[in-house]
Amino acid sequence: MSLTINAKKCIGCGICVQVCPVDALDLVNGIAVVDMEKCIKCGKCVKVCPTSAIDLEGYIKPKDTKPKKVVTAEEASEKCSGVWVLIEQSDGVVAEVSWELLGEARKLSKDLQAEVVGVLLGDQVEEMIPDCFAYGADTVYVIDDPVLKEYRTEPYSEALSMLVNKYSPEIILLGATTLGRDLAGHTATLVRTGLTADCTDLSIEQDTRLLRQTRPAFGGNVMATIVCTDHRPQMATVRPKVMDMPEYQKGSEGKIIRETIDIKEDDVMTKILEKVKEASGGVYLDKADIIVAAGKGVGTKENMKLVEELADVLGGTLGASRAAVEAGWIDVAHQVGQTGFTVRPKLYISIGISGAIQHLVGMQTSDTIIAINTDENASIFNVADYGIVGDLQQIVPLLTEAFRKKLSS
Amino acid sequence: MHSVVCIKQVPDVTEVKIDPETNTLVRVGVPSIVNPYDMNALEEALRLKDQYGGKVTVITMGPPMAEEILNKAVGHGADEGILLSDRAFAGADTLATSYVLSTAVAKISEEEKVDLIFCGKQAIDGDTAQVGPGIAARLKMPLLTYINGVQECDPEQNKIVVKRKVKSGYEITQTQMPAVITSNRDINDVRYETMPDLIKAARFKAKVWGNKELQLDQKQLGLNGSPTMVRDIFAPEEKQGGEKIHFNPDKPEETVDMIVNKLVPSVVVPN
Repeated sequence: MSLTINAKKCIGCGICVQVCPVDALDLVNGIAVVDMEKCIKCGKCVKVCPTSAIDLEGYIKPKDTKPKKVVTAEEASEKCSGVWVLIEQSDGVVAEVSWELLGEARKLSKDLQAEVVGVLLGDQVEEMIPDCFAYGADTVYVIDDPVLKEYRTEPYSEALSMLVNKYSPEIILLGATTLGRDLAGHTATLVRTGLTADCTDLSIEQDTRLLRQTRPAFGGNVMATIVCTDHRPQMATVRPKVMDMPEYQKGSEGKIIRETIDIKEDDVMTKILEKVKEASGGVYLDKADIIVAAGKGVGTKENMKLVEELADVLGGTLGASRAAVEAGWIDVAHQVGQTGFTVRPKLYISIGISGAIQHLVGMQTSDTIIAINTDENASIFNVADYGIVGDLQQIVPLLTEAFRKKLSS
Repeated sequence: MHSVVCIKQVPDVTEVKIDPETNTLVRVGVPSIVNPYDMNALEEALRLKDQYGGKVTVITMGPPMAEEILNKAVGHGADEGILLSDRAFAGADTLATSYVLSTAVAKISEEEKVDLIFCGKQAIDGDTAQVGPGIAARLKMPLLTYINGVQECDPEQNKIVVKRKVKSGYEITQTQMPAVITSNRDINDVRYETMPDLIKAARFKAKVWGNKELQLDQKQLGLNGSPTMVRDIFAPEEKQGGEKIHFNPDKPEETVDMIVNKLVPSVVVPN
């Protein structure tokens, strides 16, 4: 009987190393390695391995890593129901990701036979309610209170967890924005449930009604599907621009449920003293229709001018890979990718970007992608609609000129 | 001023790559580092100590080898380091992690009152940004995420003012200490180690707290206490890619005109 570790499946999470009662396992170069002299073949590591990378001859892995209550469809809908979306707003403007999530919630609710709920928190938010219905909400929960005027974690999280405890939703989706990630992390802890950040794909598992939450892990090098089996609600944040915008159905109506909170301004310890608008030079990557992005291949700060000129002619916004930002050629406000912005413009022109997966996850859903790179094997070409293999110093100025001519003709 | 900084040992994910032939992760030789965001959080805590005096304690939850990052933090100027390590903690998701960290902070505060808890905005391996908010929720303390620096601190009045990065710009926000703060990365330059601190780090032996010391509820720990679980892991889908054009320097117009004609006016609209 022997224990084998499939190095291809091992993700080096180290869980097996920690559960091994006899210290027979170790991580060597990020992969679990077993010392058979110490191993007592108890099977604990096999049981906890999230990727089934460990095999023990004669040992059959229990179906799940922990005793799972099988939630039947009836049970789940009895206790919890509804797919909720937090409608994120500030200064009277709703963040577009909230509408995208209402569209996604509509898709999920079809499999669940559940209603789509918009949760609108703020001060004087009445006029945003019709839009919630128009983008697909069946019901809107509203808490309209001056204490919710500016976003602060304490009152918002209190309001959201109060609603959760009272109405027991099955799923809550929030935008993976500054606000959404702050609120989701706090509320999920208050109501003691699971939360998956930055999902790029959501679906319902048929037999279990579970929300399958897929997200990039290890800087985007692998994708992981996460489930939250026996806690409710199932909470997830989703990046802006990942889900499709639903159609606006003018005049749609639904149910409005108004609630109040007890918290008073004096109870809130955090105060916003001053709000300073934009200091990053007005870069709105997430709103741009055209992005011209520079990578390491641009080579020097001087060559950035070539990229800027092309962006100018097209009326586009400058983007950049992490390498270009780290080289100091461009401000971090322009960074596209896993640690920067996720973008979905009509046109994305990538210049001198090799296409590390961290970058690709941030731009690969753009409508049209043009890539310029000297290395014809660069992975950027795998996502490009048109790839030009060649020297950017020659190509970019010609392209700029050709666009200039064509656009002015 | 007593600050506790929560730090995490992570693989340097920028070094993790996919083997294009086998489509699997290549991680041989991938080094372990301190999560970069946590180093900026530590630096911010050290600056407060420079200004107001007091103490900086670093804590980390992880396997025994995570002790080395506590030594590194001491090398940069931290006064104390505690390793939270126990087999029962293994496999924790963010909910179970914030349980251990917040209990440790409460225990530290019993011995010596804690004014501020610093975390990095997120860790580069999981990118969740959930543990900081989780600690604040559990300790019922105010939370200030994504800070770009502490602007004012008044230990007498327990008042702190920070600059927070938000979507539309910045907010200057004030709150009462004790509070939880999570920091961005580009907010400060992490100091170099000094010789005396390096010598201290070399001799430093971190305290180790397991479940014996923390007396936690087994059901809320590690895998058992983690509501989320990994169902599948797979390589990201690779698109096939479209038309590849080799630029011919002898006939430069050919390539360029082709691209321009494809894009104008259907994608790029003249105005």
